[in-house]
Amino acid sequence: MEFYRNHILVCTGEPCVLKGALEVESILLTELQKQGLENEIRVIRTGCLGPCNVAPVLVVYPEGIYYSGVKPGDVQEIVAEHLVKGRPVTRLVGTDVEKRVDVVYQVPQILTGQERVVLRNCGIINPDEIVEYIGRGGYEALGKALIHLKPEEVIEEVKSSGLRGRGGAAFPTGLKWSFTASGEEKYLICNADEGEPGTFKDRLILEGDPHAVLEGMAIAGYAVGAEHGFIYIRGEYTLSIERVQRAIDQARKLGLLGKNIFDSGFSFDVEIRVGAGAYICGEELALIESIEGKRGEPRYKPPYPGQTGLWGKPTVVNNVETLANVPHIIEQGAEWYKSIGTPGSPGTKVFTLTGNIKNEGLIEVPMGITLREIIYQLGGGIPDGHSFKMAQTGGTAGGCLPPEMLDVPMDYDELAKVGSALGSGALLIMDDRHCIVDLLKCFMRFFNHESCGKCTPCREGTPRLLELIEKIMDGTAVKADLDLMAKLAENMEISSLCGLGQSSPKPVLTLLEYYQHEFLAHIEDKKCPAGVCKKLQVKGVV
Amino acid sequence: MKSLEDLRALKKKAQEKTKLREGQERVKIIVTMGTCGIASGARDVVVALMEELKKRNITDVTLTQTGCIGMCEKEPIVIVEKEGKKTAYGKISPDKAVQIINQHIVNNQVVGEWVIEP
Repeated sequence: MEFYRNHILVCTGEPCVLKGALEVESILLTELQKQGLENEIRVIRTGCLGPCNVAPVLVVYPEGIYYSGVKPGDVQEIVAEHLVKGRPVTRLVGTDVEKRVDVVYQVPQILTGQERVVLRNCGIINPDEIVEYIGRGGYEALGKALIHLKPEEVIEEVKSSGLRGRGGAAFPTGLKWSFTASGEEKYLICNADEGEPGTFKDRLILEGDPHAVLEGMAIAGYAVGAEHGFIYIRGEYTLSIERVQRAIDQARKLGLLGKNIFDSGFSFDVEIRVGAGAYICGEELALIESIEGKRGEPRYKPPYPGQTGLWGKPTVVNNVETLANVPHIIEQGAEWYKSIGTPGSPGTKVFTLTGNIKNEGLIEVPMGITLREIIYQLGGGIPDGHSFKMAQTGGTAGGCLPPEMLDVPMDYDELAKVGSALGSGALLIMDDRHCIVDLLKCFMRFFNHESCGKCTPCREGTPRLLELIEKIMDGTAVKADLDLMAKLAENMEISSLCGLGQSSPKPVLTLLEYYQHEFLAHIEDKKCPAGVCKKLQVKGVV
Repeated sequence: MKSLEDLRALKKKAQEKTKLREGQERVKIIVTMGTCGIASGARDVVVALMEELKKRNITDVTLTQTGCIGMCEKEPIVIVEKEGKKTAYGKISPDKAVQIINQHIVNNQVVGEWVIEP
C-alpha cells in the first residue's frame, strides 16, 4: 500500500469550483511535483466542507488545518511553507494557529457546534471512491436490513424514529412507506430537483456523499418492495449528476446495486433522470409527470403517489436528505435518532445560510436549535455593523420572521405555529438595509414566473399579488389593498392545487403580519424607511 | 459482494487509506523542518522514513513536519510521539531514521544514545 504523509482535501463543491478550486488544485499538483513531493502527499477531491463564504477551501491532514479563500497565487506559499517546512500559512487559516503541529484541527467557526449525521462524510471522503464510503461504515446498514430485517421491520424502525420528510412538507417517512407497502410493481423516486431559491443542501449532499443517498434508496426500496429507483436531479446540477452516475456504476460493480444484493434475493437498481429546471417539478406529482415524459404539472390528489404514482404504479417520493438519514437510522436505531432534536422533529437538519450573514454556507444542527444560535453562533452574526431585520425560513415559499422571533426553536411544529415553515432548510438573513416591500416583490416575481398555470388560484393569484406590491412601491396603493392582499393570499393557500400555490402566500402573510408598519409607511406616509423604493421619499428626508 | 463479511473486509482495507484524516494514529513522527532542519538534511530523513514505513506496510503511523523548535544545532530532529510520550532524537541521518522505525516503533525500544537530553 502507498504511504502518504499528508492528505490534502480540495473541496470541489460547486461554490468552491466557481471560485477557482480546480485551478488551485492543478497548481497544487504542479507545485508538489516541482518540490518532488508528489509521492509523499496525496491530493483528494472532496464534497462541500461547509464554509462556502470563504471558498475555495483546502484541508491538510493529519494536522487538520483548514485553509480558506485560497487563490492560485497562494498555493506556492502553502507548498513551500507548510508542506516542505511544516509551517502552516496562518494568514489563510483565519484563526490563530500556533506554528506547531500538535495544535491540530483548527476549524472555522461555522463548523463548530454542528452535529453531523447526514454530512458526516462530506469533506472527509473522496465521493468518487466507493471504498472510502465503505471505510466509514457505508453499506453496512443496507447489509443489516437485507440480511437481518424484514421489510416491515425496516418500516417500523423508520416509523418509530420519527423521521419526517426533509424536502419541505415534513410528512412522516415511515408512514409514507407503509402506504406503499402493498401491491406488485412499485417505484422509488429520490427527489433531487432542488428548486427552492437559497437551498443547495441536496446538491452538496449528492456531491459530497452520493453513496449515502444510494444506500438510503436501496433500503427504502427494500422496505416498500420496489426494485426500480429513479433519482430526479435538476439539470443545472452537472457535478451532482456526474458524481451520482459514477457512484451508481461503482455500486453496481460491487454488487451493492443490481440483482440479488447481499445474496438476499432482493434486487434494486437506480437510474438518473435529469430535470430541465422548472421549479414546479420539485412537486412530487409534477416530478412524476416529468419522468413519464410529459409536461411538468401537478396532478389532482387523491389518488396519492402511494396508490397511483409513476406509470400508475404505487410510488414513494423522498427527498435526498431524508434518504441520506435512513442508513443511520437502520444502523444505530430509532432510539438513538430520537435522542437528537426535539420530540416532534427528531434528528438533525441541514440548513443553507445565505444573505447578510458573516458565515454563509452549509450547516447541520439538531432540530430545535434557535434562530439566534444559528445566526449569531454558527453564522457569526450580521456583517458590517448592521442589525438583523428579517429571516426567511424554508426558502422563498417560507415565512419571514422579525427580530422578536429570534428565539423560536427551529423545528416543524414550532415554526408552523408562527406561520412559517422549516421547509427545505434555506435560511435567508436580511439586515436593516433592505425594504420589506422590495423583498416581497422579488419573491412574487419568482412565483409569477414559476407558477405552472394549471390551477386558477395560483395562476391568477400570483400576478395580482405582484401588481399590488408594485402599486405599494409606486406610492399609488391605499390601505384597503393590504386587506385585499391578505385575502388573496389566504384564498390561494386553501384552494391551490399543489404546494407551490399553497405555500407561496406564506411570505406575503407573515410579512403583512410582522411588518405592517413598514407597509403603512409606504402607503400612508409615502415613505420607504429603508430608502430602497426609488419612487418614494426616504423617511426623514424632506 | 455476497455478505456482510465481504463488506467488512473491504471496509478494513479502506480504513487504512483514510486513517490519516481521522486522527486515530498510534504513533506520530514529527520531523522539524525549519531552514536549519532542511539545511542539515531533514528532507532526506523524511524520504527515508516514508520509504521504511511503506516497505514495512505500517499504516497506523502519521508522519508530519513542523518548523524550527529552537535546537538548531541538533538538527535534523525527529520527534516520536507514542502513548502520550514524546521522544526527541537529534542529529538524525537517513540511516538512523530507518533504525528509529525498526527499534522504537516496531520493537518499542527507545534508541537511548540519540535522544536529546532535556
